[in-house]
Amino acid sequence: MNKFKLNINGEQHTVNVDSDTPLLWVIRDTLGYTGTKFGCGRGLCGACTIHLDGEATRSCVTSIDMVEDDSEITTIEGLSEDNPHPVQLAWLEEDVPQCGYCQPGQIMTASAFLKRNPNPDETDIDSAMKMNICRCGTYPQIKKAIFRAANNAQSSAGGDDE
Amino acid sequence: MNRRDFIKVVSTAGSGFALGFYIPYTNKLNGKIVASTIFEPNAWIKIKSDNMVQIMVAKSEMGQGVLTSLPMIIAEEMDLDWSKVVVEKAPADKKKYGWQMTGGSNSVSSGWQKLREAGAIAREMLVMAAAQEWGILSSECKTHNGIVTHESTGRELSYGDLAKKASLQKVPKNPKLKAKRDFSIIGQNMKRTDTLPKVNGTAQFALDVQLDGMLYATVVHSPVFGGKLKSFNEASVNDISGVTKIFEIENGLAIVARNTWAALKAKKQIEINWDEGEAAGLDSEKIRKDLLDASKEKGGVVRKEGNVKKALKSSKNQIEAIYESPLQAHATMEPMNCTAYVQRDKCQVWAGTQDPNGARKIASKITGLSKKQVEVNVTFLGGGFGRRAFNDFVKEAVEISNEMKKPVKLTWSREEDMQHDYYRPPSLHVMKGAFDQNNNLSVWKHRITAPSILFSQILKMPFPYKEKIDIIAVEGAKHLPYEIPNMQVDFQMTKSSIPLGWWRSVYDSQNAFANECFMDELAEKAGKDPAQFRLDLLPKSSRDARVIKRVMEKSGWDNFNNGSSYQGISCHKSFGTWVAQVARVSVKGNKVKVHEIHCAVDCGIVINPSIVMAQISGAIIYGLSATLKSKITIKNGRVVQSNFDDFEVLRMNETPEIHVYLIESDEPPSGVGEPGLPPTAPAVVNAIFAATGKRIRELPVQLS
Repeated sequence: MNKFKLNINGEQHTVNVDSDTPLLWVIRDTLGYTGTKFGCGRGLCGACTIHLDGEATRSCVTSIDMVEDDSEITTIEGLSEDNPHPVQLAWLEEDVPQCGYCQPGQIMTASAFLKRNPNPDETDIDSAMKMNICRCGTYPQIKKAIFRAANNAQSSAGGDDE
Repeated sequence: MNRRDFIKVVSTAGSGFALGFYIPYTNKLNGKIVASTIFEPNAWIKIKSDNMVQIMVAKSEMGQGVLTSLPMIIAEEMDLDWSKVVVEKAPADKKKYGWQMTGGSNSVSSGWQKLREAGAIAREMLVMAAAQEWGILSSECKTHNGIVTHESTGRELSYGDLAKKASLQKVPKNPKLKAKRDFSIIGQNMKRTDTLPKVNGTAQFALDVQLDGMLYATVVHSPVFGGKLKSFNEASVNDISGVTKIFEIENGLAIVARNTWAALKAKKQIEINWDEGEAAGLDSEKIRKDLLDASKEKGGVVRKEGNVKKALKSSKNQIEAIYESPLQAHATMEPMNCTAYVQRDKCQVWAGTQDPNGARKIASKITGLSKKQVEVNVTFLGGGFGRRAFNDFVKEAVEISNEMKKPVKLTWSREEDMQHDYYRPPSLHVMKGAFDQNNNLSVWKHRITAPSILFSQILKMPFPYKEKIDIIAVEGAKHLPYEIPNMQVDFQMTKSSIPLGWWRSVYDSQNAFANECFMDELAEKAGKDPAQFRLDLLPKSSRDARVIKRVMEKSGWDNFNNGSSYQGISCHKSFGTWVAQVARVSVKGNKVKVHEIHCAVDCGIVINPSIVMAQISGAIIYGLSATLKSKITIKNGRVVQSNFDDFEVLRMNETPEIHVYLIESDEPPSGVGEPGLPPTAPAVVNAIFAATGKRIRELPVQLS
């Protein structure tokens, strides 16, 4: 067991865990942020996606000793200070989820992607989102929501310019 | 059962009004209506004085939208303000809620009439209360958005104001149901009631349950089905900190730890000796050979028309083909898991289960506690698709907590989930067709060979069974809609040592693949357009013909010509719903790309179009995974696949454009969770034939 310092959603935590513990289990079991999901344990499905310094990261294959003390971790619970985040808003407007289990991971991947590429085309979205599996098959709704989030951001950015 | 038996008003403490009613459900196994002899309400409407109306849903929400569609039906007949409806999930309680199994795409269809009547009864009682208050006749009152209005004076009272008085009224015997043209909630795209928690991370799945002092467990099952634990070396995991206890349970070996990671690590590392048992020699080739051998013998006949033998003799043209479907895993996104807390005098369970009462029964049996002492809380389900109709994971969690006497969260690894599923059975279909002298299709023969989920898994009968027919296994084959003078459909059952279960659309998935691909072969033989060939064999006004015509028209079937892309068509009715699909594909080398799926659906009255379309499109995507990518194979008695790298499923970049067209209908609603799936594989495979001239008769598609 080792002591690790973590900054999650702007809060400082100190945890005492084995150094090979994946971030996923620290976030879920130790700290109780259960919005981040366990899906495959091997970085294949994307259900566990979080932001590590703004990058979409598979927390199930990122062990805690790989995380720097000053790294900023964001989970679905902390995506926005004043809920909901524009991507979550688009998800609500499109009524995306079915069972909902993969959606926090989908939203974390999509929000990091849109930050990098605010005006994506369909191919960009496909290649960013193909890492996240949804067995209910909400892909068409997810795609629509991403376009909507991008459009919403464009129009509000346009508003700021005026 | 008459109306008085299924509805009653329950006076609640304070000023509320609660209406409890019973919805009889059809038992999937025997097709009989399950009705209780005494009044046991399984649905509730509660009006609170602040005008909020709470509707309890005793069905499991696994993505199909029951927490939205069922309350919408009640809200419609009750004339509720939808924004004031609060939906609550019911816990397991057979006495109170009756048959709670969620499956067979029947939550809406089985609840439809009763939910409407309950809503109408509640509305009439509220109107009676208002009329009494004002000293007028009920007929002078109107209801709208949770308010009763006396039209001529403009007086108004809200449902909340009337709740107490309403509960004192006599339950009306013949509530008046609305005409479809007066619907204002049914047929609208009401937002799902469960979206917000699913978007902000607060939705509670079983895996998210946290209790004070909780331990974390995982289970190792015998890699060979039916194998037994011989011994294990506890010392082999001595170096893993946090492991609390390792012990045998009925299904294998339980590893309990202070966190999930320690349990999962120990699972990977622990040395175990298994007595592999009889199935150790089993592999996919053997399963296939057994199916093929069995298919040579005639099975139980489920449909016989005309004289197949005679017609074959006089026929001009015959074709025969064999279609095969592999084992499939459900691979829900949330791996199997359950939290249980067994104490001296009670047992609490949190599970994402499609069968809450089954879970309660199991927990009671293991702990020796009465069912009353067992509380099963149904969380959101991270996917069901039929997998969570089995409570093996609940049984394990309760066993472990019973041993530890502490709250325990059991989490299966993805590998255990993939390798210890209740799989869609493998099947083999021998198809024979013949044309008469005038080139009309005169013979249809379909022999289904497959193991029976019902007899092997549910009833656990020893093989061979006395019964020759499993009514579930012939779903979608027995009632082929095409009018062919000489028909025979029979079913040959085989033995299975692999656990089998309901997989989204069950045997309809395999039977539709065989039927509709073979229809395409027959159309080719007849030299006819495959869509027209089908229409020629269907009554003009049939609902089958209607969905085919609709999908042809909407997809532009007749005039389609798009260079590198080719189209295929299929039609299949399952769970009461007619579906026709057109797939457009292109093939480059051995690679198939599905570009578009057009889908026409006739599911009767549509409660919520956007939920229906999402269900249909989701089922198509689930079906495409099984058409193009996934299968379970067996080697040395073990499942070969273990995770999403070797059990590949469809991803966004492979998902075609999907267009769903809903047919306007006045018929009662039928299923929508499953019927979108069966037509997908044949539509795609038929399109591949159009593109390549190659017949694919085995799934998943492999061009080589």
